[in-house]
Parts: sequence; structure tokens; C-alpha cells
Amino acid sequence: MPTMPVTETKTTTCYMCACRCGIRVHLEDGKVRYIDGNPDHPLNQGVICAKGASGIMKQNSPARLTRPLRRRAGSERGAGEFEPISWDEAFRMLETRLAGIRATDPKKFALFTGRDQMQALTGMFARQFGTPNYAAHGGFCSVNMAAGMIYTIGGSFWEFGGPDLERAKLFVMLGTAEDHHSNPLKIAISKFKRRGGRFISVNPVRTGYSAIADEWVPVRPGTDGALLLAIIHEIIALGLYDREFLARYSNAGHLVIVDPDSERHGLIVTDEDSDPINRDYPQNQMWWDRLSGLAVLSHTEGADPALFGEFRLRNGMRVKPSFQLLAERVERCTAEWASEITGIPAATIRRLAHEMGITARDERIELPIAWTDCWGGEHESVTGRPVAFHAMRGLAAHSNGFHTTRALGILMSLLGTIDRPGGFRHKAPFPRAIPPTAKPPKGPQDVKPNTPLASLVLGWPGSPEDLFVDEAGRPVRIDKGFSWEYPLSVHGLMHNVITNAWRGDPYPIDTLMIFMANMAWNSTMNTLEVRKMLNDRNADGEHKIPFIVVCDAFQSEMTAFADLILPDTTYLERHDAMSLLDRPISEFDGPVDSVRVPVVAPSGECKPFQEVLIELAGRLKFPAFTKPDGGRKFRDYPDFIVNYETEPGSGMGFLAGWRGKDGDKSMLGAPNPKQWEMYAANNCVFHYKLPSSYQYMRNWNRGYMEWAQRARMRRYGEPILIHLYSEVLQRFRLAAQGKWPGRQPPEALRARVEKYFDPLPFWYPPLEVEATDALAYPLAAITQRPMAMYHSWDSQNAWLRQIHTHNYLFVNPATARARGVEDGGWMWVESQWGRVRCMARYSQAVEPGTVWTWNAIGKAPGAWNLAADANEARKGFLLNHLISDALPGGTSNSDPVTGQAGWYDVRVQIRPAAADEAQASWPEFTAVAPLPGTRGAP
Amino acid sequence: MNPAWSVIFLTTLLGAGQGLFLALYAIDVGAANGLLALPGPTFYVGGATLALALLVTGLFSSFFHLGRPERAWRSAAKWRTSWLAREVIVLPAFMGAVFAYGAAHQLQAGDRICLWVGAAGTVLCIALFVCTAMIYACLKFLQEWHTTLTPLNYFLLGSASGFTLASVLAALVAPHAVNQLAIAALVLGALAYLGRLAALRRNARLRPMSSLATAIGVKHPHIEQKAQGFMGGSFNTREFFHGRTRETVRAVRWALLVLVFPVPAVMLGVSGENAFLLGAAFALQYVGLLAERWYFFAEANHPQNLYYQAIS
Amino acid sequence: MTQLALVIDLNVCVGCHACVTSCKEWNTAGTAGPLTDQNPYEKDPTGTFFNRVQTFEVGVYPDTQTVHFPKSCLHCEDPPCVPVCPTGASYKRAEDGIVLVDADKCIGCKYCAWACPYGVRELDQQEKVMTKCTLCVDRIYDASLPERDRKPACVLACPTNARLFGDIHDPASAVSSAIRDNGGYALMPEWGTHPANHYLPRRKTEFRIHPDELKRVDNPLKVDGKLPKPAPGEPALDDVTTW
Ligand SMILES: Nc1nc2c(c(=O)[nH]1)N[C@H]1C(S)=C(S)[C@@H](COP(=O)(O)OP(=O)(O)OC[C@H]3O[C@@H](n4cnc5c(=O)[nH]c(N)nc54)[C@H](O)[C@@H]3O)O[C@H]1N2
Ligand SMILES: Nc1nc2c(c(=O)[nH]1)N[C@H]1C(S)=C(S)[C@@H](COP(=O)(O)OP(=O)(O)OC[C@H]3O[C@@H](n4cnc5c(=O)[nH]c(N)nc54)[C@H](O)[C@@H]3O)O[C@H]1N2
Ligand code: SF4
Ligand code: SF4
Ligand code: SF4
Ligand code: SF4
Ligand code: SF4
Ligand SMILES: [Mo]
Repeated sequence: MPTMPVTETKTTTCYMCACRCGIRVHLEDGKVRYIDGNPDHPLNQGVICAKGASGIMKQNSPARLTRPLRRRAGSERGAGEFEPISWDEAFRMLETRLAGIRATDPKKFALFTGRDQMQALTGMFARQFGTPNYAAHGGFCSVNMAAGMIYTIGGSFWEFGGPDLERAKLFVMLGTAEDHHSNPLKIAISKFKRRGGRFISVNPVRTGYSAIADEWVPVRPGTDGALLLAIIHEIIALGLYDREFLARYSNAGHLVIVDPDSERHGLIVTDEDSDPINRDYPQNQMWWDRLSGLAVLSHTEGADPALFGEFRLRNGMRVKPSFQLLAERVERCTAEWASEITGIPAATIRRLAHEMGITARDERIELPIAWTDCWGGEHESVTGRPVAFHAMRGLAAHSNGFHTTRALGILMSLLGTIDRPGGFRHKAPFPRAIPPTAKPPKGPQDVKPNTPLASLVLGWPGSPEDLFVDEAGRPVRIDKGFSWEYPLSVHGLMHNVITNAWRGDPYPIDTLMIFMANMAWNSTMNTLEVRKMLNDRNADGEHKIPFIVVCDAFQSEMTAFADLILPDTTYLERHDAMSLLDRPISEFDGPVDSVRVPVVAPSGECKPFQEVLIELAGRLKFPAFTKPDGGRKFRDYPDFIVNYETEPGSGMGFLAGWRGKDGDKSMLGAPNPKQWEMYAANNCVFHYKLPSSYQYMRNWNRGYMEWAQRARMRRYGEPILIHLYSEVLQRFRLAAQGKWPGRQPPEALRARVEKYFDPLPFWYPPLEVEATDALAYPLAAITQRPMAMYHSWDSQNAWLRQIHTHNYLFVNPATARARGVEDGGWMWVESQWGRVRCMARYSQAVEPGTVWTWNAIGKAPGAWNLAADANEARKGFLLNHLISDALPGGTSNSDPVTGQAGWYDVRVQIRPAAADEAQASWPEFTAVAPLPGTRGAP
Repeated sequence: MNPAWSVIFLTTLLGAGQGLFLALYAIDVGAANGLLALPGPTFYVGGATLALALLVTGLFSSFFHLGRPERAWRSAAKWRTSWLAREVIVLPAFMGAVFAYGAAHQLQAGDRICLWVGAAGTVLCIALFVCTAMIYACLKFLQEWHTTLTPLNYFLLGSASGFTLASVLAALVAPHAVNQLAIAALVLGALAYLGRLAALRRNARLRPMSSLATAIGVKHPHIEQKAQGFMGGSFNTREFFHGRTRETVRAVRWALLVLVFPVPAVMLGVSGENAFLLGAAFALQYVGLLAERWYFFAEANHPQNLYYQAIS
Repeated sequence: MTQLALVIDLNVCVGCHACVTSCKEWNTAGTAGPLTDQNPYEKDPTGTFFNRVQTFEVGVYPDTQTVHFPKSCLHCEDPPCVPVCPTGASYKRAEDGIVLVDADKCIGCKYCAWACPYGVRELDQQEKVMTKCTLCVDRIYDASLPERDRKPACVLACPTNARLFGDIHDPASAVSSAIRDNGGYALMPEWGTHPANHYLPRRKTEFRIHPDELKRVDNPLKVDGKLPKPAPGEPALDDVTTW
């Protein structure tokens, strides 16, 4: 048999999605011939996915941008009329404009980035520029999952941690379709099932992973909080919780002040006579020692905290252990109560609780690994409870998702499964302090012309003092992040940027730079209106958003709205770093970072966005990019990655592998000029394996903490107690109640903050549901990720688009028939915000109160250089037209704690389309012609 | 199946050509046995030429069915196992026989030789009917085709159309044979009609051996396909299903029921020696046969279609 | 006699289509290719694939199973597609049982596709020859590849390892024991084609709760003095007797 004419094989890192698998690119005379999974890569172990194996067709896409483009003078935004310009010209335009903004009001430059993984660099750029108006996609993506968990257990799912399916016996997955950890999760689920593990999926829809679950528990969207609280109720009522674990490793036994009249109501009691050790994370909190009947410092040798009861301290203060408060909170959250809300039979809810509890208790794992806890306790073994969970946007993308996620974190903790074998495991650099130490700027005074921000742009508020508001409590960020409206919006609110900028609320901006996000289409709510806003003008004829720069590799829907388009390279054409400063690909057993190296030359005049940033940073003379003599510090991006250190001589940079002059150091070490080559020679990945005694119980593992401090992954070594009870939230509540000595919310927001900053999780209907007439719009409409498509960007891929050429709305036949909607027939879907015409597909695999479709299959005609009559545009549809970015009253359609976009809260009604209507999807758009530089363009 | 015009023309044209040859030979044998007056050589030569023309046109049409017609020469290789290969061998042999038969008559080679050549041609003709029909009948999971009715009907339908055509020819060059040929055409037509009705009846009662349950190996009364893995169509959605409405299929069925026999029969009955009316009878019958063949393919329900029912 | 085959485990297949595009990718670039696409960026895109993943729903809500079902040529032991081929382009290899199409001999008559009950052969629209899964015959014997790569592209790609590859005639092979141990079955057995590829059915792990597991000795509520007890106010013997 003749063999494949491959002349060369190079390894790099895939970026057909954010999973970042290792790939081998097989080339024939410099052209990509074949891409497969790299068997020597720790993440994907040789496997690949449908997208990754179609990388060639992305490389060859007709939609590829190859030249910098400027909107043709006099043309409308959105019409897609452009003329090519040189990079010189593009840089001159940017330099002049940005230098002007930076010298006057840096806030007027907003940089928002989508599906990228270089937030360490983009965030640094914004900070050096001095603008706080920066965030990545996290706010509209899954910040509830990140914040809800990190504020509870110091880590989360997603890139931060995950289920240890290697040792789990029971795996419960809530609201996950595909997730970021695509290939590793598939590998793990399959091994888990083969070992006979039991897999339960809680999801209104049964597709993908849920398809192979042993049990499918259909749930009404937005109600998992109730389910989880009822399970917690049952676990506590039957005594199925891990008392030992909770007592020592969570704040279950910590005493909370119960005195509604006190300024300190709801705060945790500290012993003022003892050393807090760390004021930010005080260690002098107190227990009620049930053995001695006295209040003692927590973790006092020989003491054991009471978890229940009510006590009076010597000074007369009434206190309760936080576990008692939790038990009180879930007292009325019975299975029957939850059944009404979730649609899950009460008996099922109870059984789920029993399965979890019994498996956790009776299948205890013990590994012969000795370790020492932060209080000096020596342990001969690491023990675990083999119940693992995973959850994603099904919980996160609701405006009650923060509390739902907290409820999940608490349930996982009650079962004793945090960073233990068989349960949840952290990935470096997690766990982090609760809340993590980084804080956002504190007020308008922190934003100064020609000056970098003093703090990071994004951070983790721990009290009202950490909010980013002015004297009157008004937001300073364009997206109103870290304001009283969304105090813990740790990832920003990218979904509000365009609307706010258009409204000039809180202020107008000048330049909006969008990188790798399709904000005129699928990453925007209220898409029709947003497209108008992008092109809207003031009375003087000037655009409301004066200048829009889009850096994309392809002709997306968004590029049509740009004033300036910067053509990016593809993932096969550039250097990239998946850094520990950012979102690394760590494994349970230690930190892992990785890189991308170019395997083919850039197409046309494409330039990596990284290079654009380094170039601009040099031209704008950002301090971190400029030598003392005013010269440019970094030649280009590879040079920057190698030589940048967080502080001079810190030895800490973007990449942790092969540091030191000769590459013999790791984690810390002097810059190594050969670092890229060494990565390239080692499958583009660096994996640091922790000794096994540092691999578990890391929140409280002294050895690990000391190592992490030495490796400068953490500033502090204090143990990270699980926050069953969140004092952080209570601080905001106290402020809302007027009891906080510091900042307090504006009057209009007091009630809102008071309600949602509950230190214990509670369930409330999603905000949009409360603002919807349930009789008029009875059905929940949600989307989910198809495994073979990444958001909007794969319709240009000739192979993948054959798999998902257009989309249907999936409806339970009972629901559809009752409304006269036929299988395969055209139908209208209407929410109170908009309507869409699409085709119906009956499905027995969807809860009858829910309708759903695959995300972002529908396309605007002409986008992605598809023919104007492509199925994506004529039969496909975008659910976003039904979703609003604002709720009645004008607040954002977001979680009131984190600002997470409430994608999955919309309620709709459905009806058949009339026989005489066009058999095409609606809304319709005028087609955009191929942009100059794309294939087939004139 | 999705009826392909190339194959519809191939099989109907071959059938008519074969039937015509059989008619010629029947007259030949009949005349040799003194049952009717001997027609002049024009009848045979003209008939053989016409039959050959039909066979050649059919063969020509078949090339449109091939993706790589330039390689058609390869297609006889597997005659041991493939009815298609056998057809590919028998068809030219039969064409040779028809040619030889016409030539023998043209050259006035004498009765014995003509009859022997004709006998050889008849054997090949029947072999060709069998080969052609067995291409379809041998596919056991195409239950509509997998029956002895298939070769029988190929034989009867082809013969009926050939005899009708022969009567047209006779009306032009050998009027005294018209009656016998027309009667034979009527009888064959009637038999073919009965045979086809029997097949229709049989097929209407067929219960598919395969089901979604056996196709995917999951036992459950309620299985529905949601996605076939692609949405813009594939070879499997284009080749094995006609994609027409039920109404269209029913209309074709009516066309075949009316045109294959009843209408031509009436016309044969009333046309006497009128070549024009006889010609019209043949033309209508041939249209009926096109409908019949279209329907033959369309009604065959390929089990692979179980896998290609829904997209999403 | 060797009979190579795929064994597809429906118990773990999540329907990700990795096997679909990795097959396309390998084969379009390899000796079986090109596998052409028509209308790639236009209306109704279509193209040649050797392997497709389909989705079925079994049962009625809420007892619904969603079954992802990958399907490629099953390399039948008694393949009806082979004897019908007039040219011999379709053949079954004696040495390993792989059913192949010789693209240089094929005349594109489609007869073999008609003769396959499973709908796995595809005539390439542009090349006009019949195509189908080759079991990656140009990979599995390629000595220039490292040993671990000498497996079909789809098998290497599959993230759930739902695709097992091996010799089903060797009773000691992993595929044979997978079939034996897990109820492996063939598609449409009614036609006697004896597909070499097998499928493994869904297997359900259930959980039984014994009531005593809920009344636990280690119940922590004991420690906290909270074991469910009737409230003192509820009726007791004390209310009705004296002695
Ligand atoms: N209805 C609904 N809407 C949703 C969601 C939902 O579930 N339902 N999910 C939301 C979520 S979680 C997210 S993360 C967003 C995602 O939404 P987006 O961030 O808008 O994601 P994409 O559509 O993939 O667009 C990313 C852009 O990156 C471009 N791109 C691809 N590769 C490169 C490259 O190498 N360089 C550059 N510069 N550009 C590149 C693509 O061409 C595309 O224009 O969608 C959100 N929108
Ligand atoms: N192939 C592919 N992979 C991707 C992406 C992609 O576009 N394609 N996108 C990436 C990105 S940016 C993200 S954010 C992740 C998202 O990864 P996921 O969170 O897995 O993605 P979603 O599709 O949003 O899935 C949400 C699931 O939640 C369910 N759901 C909706 N509402 C509820 C609810 O109230 N309760 C419960 N229990 N379930 C609910 C939906 O049915 C769906 O199955 O995926 C990443 N991975
Ligand atoms: S999961 Fe994502 S990173 Fe991994 S191969 Fe697929 S597309 Fe590439
Ligand atoms: S790659 Fe594996 S899991 Fe994915 S569809 Fe194919 S067989 Fe199923
Ligand atoms: S599955 Fe079809 S093509 Fe493959 S060997 Fe069997 S009959 Fe032939
Ligand atoms: S299409 Fe090719 S392989 Fe199939 S039967 Fe015809 S010649 Fe043989
Ligand atoms: S064995 Fe090879 S040819 Fe067959 S389906 Fe798998 S990848 Fe495709
Ligand atoms: Mo996302």
C-alpha cells in the first residue's frame, strides 16, 4: 500500500475550540495534509474531536481575511463595504487615535475579547493603557459557575477543576452539553462507564453526554437551585453528610452572630484577642466546642465544633454555627417543595439524595498518602468520597445561577468531596483564597491619563470597598461591572458593552476594539437592535460608537460593522501561550501550560493579534513595554513571552517550563532564550507533576500551600476553608441594610442587593421569568452546544457545515401537537422581546416545558463567505433574537450578583406559521458581499 | 429506489427489442410449419434491424448509468457471480444473434439456417431476459424484486411490447401476419398484465423483514431517527428514494395500470391493419412500460432507507 | 483466517462525530481519496464520507434513550456487495476480510451499493467511483508509522474509545471478548450478511438502596444530638399509664 505523502510532522496546540488539545500536523511540502491528536499530550492523549480533525478546512476557509481593511468612506456599518489598506496605515490610525484617548480619558478606549485564551496579555494591555474597560467573554459565558464555586470552595469546574472520574463511583452531571474540557471529559466519562460507574444527568434535554447517562433526570430550566436545596435538606435530615470533613475543612462550625439589630449581624465571630494572622483572611474565627461547651478559636487542638445549636457568648452575643443556619435555610426545602418547582417527582429527588449520600459514606476511598494539614495535623492517608459532579452553563446561564452554583458547591462539600479522590479536584493555580486576592480598581480616581491602572482590571471583591464605583455609588466601567448592580461581576459584562456605549450610559466611549468575538451575532443578546446600535449616529452624523476595530481571522457577522478590520492568523500560523497567568490546561496532579507554534506561514498579510498588541504597546510607550531609555523593550510576541517577567528578576513569566538560562528550571527561573524551541521539542506542553502528598486536600494542605507559595502561585499560605456560609455576601447585605460602616448602595439598589446577597444559597425564579406573563409565554427556550461546531465559527468549514447545515427547534411532541405545530413544519417562536420563524423537530428527549436548538448554527447571509442562499441563512435561525439584554426597568438581563448573562431564562410561545408564509427563517437580512482579500472577492 | 431514466430506457428498450425478435422468430417458425403465409425478407430484415436499433439504443442509454463509461469493457469480468456481468456478456451475444438472423434472412441463407440462427437467438433472448431481471430479483432484501414474478414479468412485458411492435411492422410490410401478431400481443399483454397485477398485489402485502429495531439493534416499538449525520443530502438519500409525493407515485401507478394493457388492448382490437393505430398502440404501451419500470424502481423499498429518514 | 473489524460501543458513544471527520480527513488525503464535496459553501452542501454518525430516539418521554449510532461499512463476512460487482472492483480480501473497492476498476454502476442493505457505500459525485470504508487499510499495515498509530483513523480519534478494532476471528482478541462479554450484535441479521463489525448495546448501571443504609451507625446527627426523635410534645406511653 502506498503511504501518505507526508514530508514533515510538527506538534502544536489545537484551537478549533478552547479545550486546547495537543495535535500533530502532518505536512506535505509545507502544506497541511493531515491533523491528528498527539498521543504524547497529557490533555487529549491522542484523541481528537470532529472540529480538530477538520482544521484543514478552517485553514482553507474562503472566509479568511488576508488584508487589513478600512470601511469605505460614506458606507454604512453593516453593509460590509471595505477597502484594503496597509498595516502601516492601520497602525498609524490606531496609534494616533489611541494615543489621543490615552492622554485624555483612557476609559474611552474599550477592549473586549471573546473566545480567546490570552487574557493575561490582553488584560495587561488594557491595564498598561490605563483603561478599566476591558473584559473577556466570561461575563456572558459562565461567570456564575466560576464565581459561585470560587466564592464557596476556592475553585470551580471548567478550567479550574473537575470531577475525578478515575475514582468516582457516582457521577452527577448538571446542565452540561459539551463544555470546554471536551476531549478529556469524554475520555473520562467513557472510562468511568466502562468501570461500571453510575452516571446521572440532570438536564431538560437528553443529547450528547446525557445520552449515555444511566439515568436522565429532566428538569425545568432555571430550577436546579430548588433541586439542590432539597437534596441538601435530605442529606442533612438523614445525617448523610461528612461531619468530620465539614467540621475541620469548612466554616460549618464557625459561629455567626445572630443579632438582627447589630451592625455585625451575620458576620463570623472573631476572637479580638487573638492574632488574625492575615487581616484579609482572618484565622481567629471561632467555634463552639461541643466537648467543653465553650467558644474557642477554630481548629483548637482537641476541640470539636458544634454544628447545630444556638449559643450565647460571654459578652452576651447570640451566635449560631453556620451549619445550623444552613439547616434552617433548607428546613422548608423539602422534596415536595422542589418537585413543584422542578417538575421532578419528589421520590426521585429523595432517591438522588440517598444515592449520593450512601455512595459517599459507604464507598469511602483511602489512599496510602501521608500529608500534613495547615494546622499541623498529620494524616496517614488521603481519604475520599467517590461522588463526583460536573456542571456548566445549564446552571450558570440563568440569573439565579450564582446561588444555584453555590448550592452545588455546598452539596459537594456536605458529601465531603472537595479536592479528594473520587470527588472534585482542583487544577493549578487553584485553589485560590476566598475570595482571591486580586481586586479591581476602586473608583474613578484610579483611572488617570497616560498611566497604567494601579491594580489589575478585573478582580474579586471581598467587600463593598472593593467595588469600582464613584462617590455616588455609580459604575465606572462601561459595562457597569463591579457596580452595585452586579457587585461580583468578576469577568465583566461584555454582553452590555454595545448597548451601554450606544446609550452613553454611564458615558460614551470613543473606540471599541473587539477581538475574536462575533458581537453582531451570537455573543450578543437582542441581536437585531444591537446591529442597529452599532451603526447608529448622533444628530451630528457621528456614530454613537465613533470607532470600531475588529480583529478576526474570518469574515464573520461582526466584521461588517467594523471601521477597521485587522486580519488575524489562524492557530496554525502563530505563537500563543496558554499560561499559568491566565487559563492554563492544568491537570489534577499539577500545573500544565502549553504553547502554540506556527506550523505554516501566515496567509496573505495576516498578523497575529499578539503582534498587534506588542507593536501598539511599543508605539504607545506603555511602561512595561518600554526601556528606561524610551526604546522598545520587546521585539515581538515570542520575544515578549520569553523575556517578560512580572517584576524585574521575579523569574515569573508567561511560561513555567524550561526557565532559567539553560532551561533547567521550571515554574520560576530567569528567562530562557531557547524556551520556545524547548516547548516545541516537547509536544508544546509543560507538565509539572506534584508529589502525591500535594495532590489532594490542597485547600488545607500545608505542604502544597508552601510549595505554591514558593512557586509564587499563591501569595498567602492560609488554609482555604469552604464557605458554606458566605460572609462576603453578608458584608454586601449589611451595606444594603445600612449597617456597613463603609460604602453603601444607592437607594434604588438597596432592596436588590439586600435580597440577592444572601449569605446562604436560596432559590428564586430567574429574573426574566418573574417579569414574564407565564400564560402568554409558557415555554423555556434554551440552546446547547453541538459537539461538531464551535459557536458561529465553523459554518465556514466545508466538512462541519455538512453535519449542521441549519437548525430546528426541538419540541416535545405533546407540546407541539397541543399547539398545532407539525414535525418538520415552519413555526413562529415568540418571546416578549422578539420573534423568529424556524422549523420544528419533534423530540421525545426534551422536557415538555422546554424548547431548544443548537447554538449559533443560523447565519446572516453572506457572512463566512457562504452563498447568500446557504441553508444556514435561509433555514437556520439564531435564538438570540428572542433574548433581551435588558429586563423591564432597564437592568441588564443578568445575574444580580455576578452579572452573568441570563441566556437560558427567556420564555416563549410557539405557533405554526401560516400556509401562505414564506418557507424561510425570519428575521431576514441583506446579504453582505465577500470582503476584499477573502476568496472569491472582487 | 430512485428510478434512473438510463436504466428505465435500458430495460424497456431491451425488452421491446427482445420481444420483437421473439415475434419475428415465432412468425418464422409458424410459417415454416405452414401455419401462416411466409412474409417476405423485408419483414425479418426490417424487424431484425429495428430490434437491433432498440438494443443499441438501450445499450447506449445504459452508459449514462455508469460513472465511468470509458471503463465499461471491464464489466464482463465477474460473470461467474454477477448477473450484471452476465447481462453484459449475453446482451452483445444476443445482438450478434439478431444481426446474424437479419443477415441470414437478407442473404436468403435458407430456412434451416435461419431457423437455427433464430433458435440460438431465442435462447440468448431468454437468457437476456433472465439476466436483466435477475439483476434485480437476486437482491434478496429488495423484497419487492426478490420473486420469480420479476423475471416472468420482464419476459412477459418485454414480449408483449415486442409483439405489439411486430404487428406495427407487419402492418407496413406483411399485412397478412398482423392479425396473428396482434392476437399474440393481446394474449402476451394479458398475461403480462396478470403477472404485473400479481406482483403489485404481492408487494402490497409484503411486510418488510427489516425494521429500525433490526437496523440499529435496539428492541423497542418506538424508535425514531432524529439525525442522519448530515443535512444537505448524500448519495444515500439521492439513490435509494424517489423523493416524490405519494400522489405522483399513485399517478404513475394508474398510468401503468391503464397504459400497459387496457388501452393498447382496445386499440389492438380496433385497429385492424391500420399501421398508424397500431403504432399508436405501441407508443402508448411503451409509455405504459416506462411508467411500469419507473414504478418498479420506485416501489422497491431499500432497507438502507431505514437509516435515512430524518435530519436535524 | 483473519477478519478485521470495528466493534462500536453504543454504551459510550456520545455522538461527537470525531470519527466522521477524522475518517474524511485521513481518507481524502490518503490513497482512498479524494473524497470530494459538492456545494461546499453553497446551498445544500454534500460530499462523500465513509462514516456517518446518526441519532435515534428510543422510547417515549420521559423514558427516552438518545442513541448515537456511527455507521460505516460492516465488512460483512458474506458481503452481498461483492459478488454482484461486474468488474471485480469490489472484493473481499482473503488475508484479513477487508472489503474494498478498487477505484481503478470501478465503472461506477452503483450495483454494489444497491446490493448493500446498510447504506454505507457512497458514489463519489466528482470521481464517479464507488467509495466506502477501507478499514484504513493504508494505515494499519503502514510500517513507516509507529506501531501505536497503525489503527484506523476513526479509532485513534474517538475520544470515548467507543471504536475497538481487531480480529474478530481470533477468540483471544479484545474485540472478540468485547463481543462475547458485552452482548455484541450484528445489524440486520435477517439478511445473512454476517457483518464483521459489531455493536455493543447500552448497559445500565443501577443502584439499589437498602433501607438499613439510610439508618446508619455512623450517623453524625448522633454526635450533634440531632437524631430524629419524636418531639417531646408528641403522645407517649407516659401520657396513658402509671405504674
Ligand atoms: N443563544 C445563545 N447565545 C450564546 C450562548 C448560548 O449558549 N446561547 N453562549 C454564549 C457563550 S458561553 C459564548 S462564549 C459566546 C461565544 O460567542 P463568540 O465569542 O462571539 O464566539 P464565536 O461565534 O465563535 O466568534 C468568535 C469570533 O472569533 C473569530 N475567530 C476564530 N478564530 C480566530 C482567530 O484565530 N483569531 C481571531 N482574531 N479571531 C478568530 C471567529 O471568526 C468569530 O468571529 O456566545 C454566547 N452566546
Ligand atoms: N463543540 C463545542 N464545544 C464547546 C463550545 C461550542 O460552541 N462547541 N463552546 C464552549 C463554550 S464558550 C462554553 S461556555 C462551553 C459551554 O459548555 P456547556 O455548558 O456544556 O454548554 P451549553 O450548550 O450551554 O450546555 C448547557 C446544557 O445545559 C442544559 N440546560 C439549560 N438550562 C438548564 C437548566 O436550567 N438546568 C439544567 N440542569 N440544565 C440546563 C442544556 O440543555 C445544555 O445541555 O462549551 C465550550 N465547548
Ligand atoms: S476539543 Fe477543541 S482543542 Fe481539542 S481537538 Fe477538538 S477542537 Fe481541538
Ligand atoms: S468518535 Fe467515538 S464517540 Fe464520537 S461519534 Fe464516533 S464513535 Fe461515537
Ligand atoms: S456493509 Fe455493505 S458494503 Fe460493507 S461489506 Fe457489507 S454489504 Fe458490503
Ligand atoms: S460501482 Fe464499482 S464497485 Fe460497485 S458494482 Fe459497480 S463496478 Fe463494482
Ligand atoms: S476504518 Fe478508516 S475508512 Fe473506515 S470508517 Fe474508520 S477511518 Fe473511515
Ligand atoms: Mo462560553
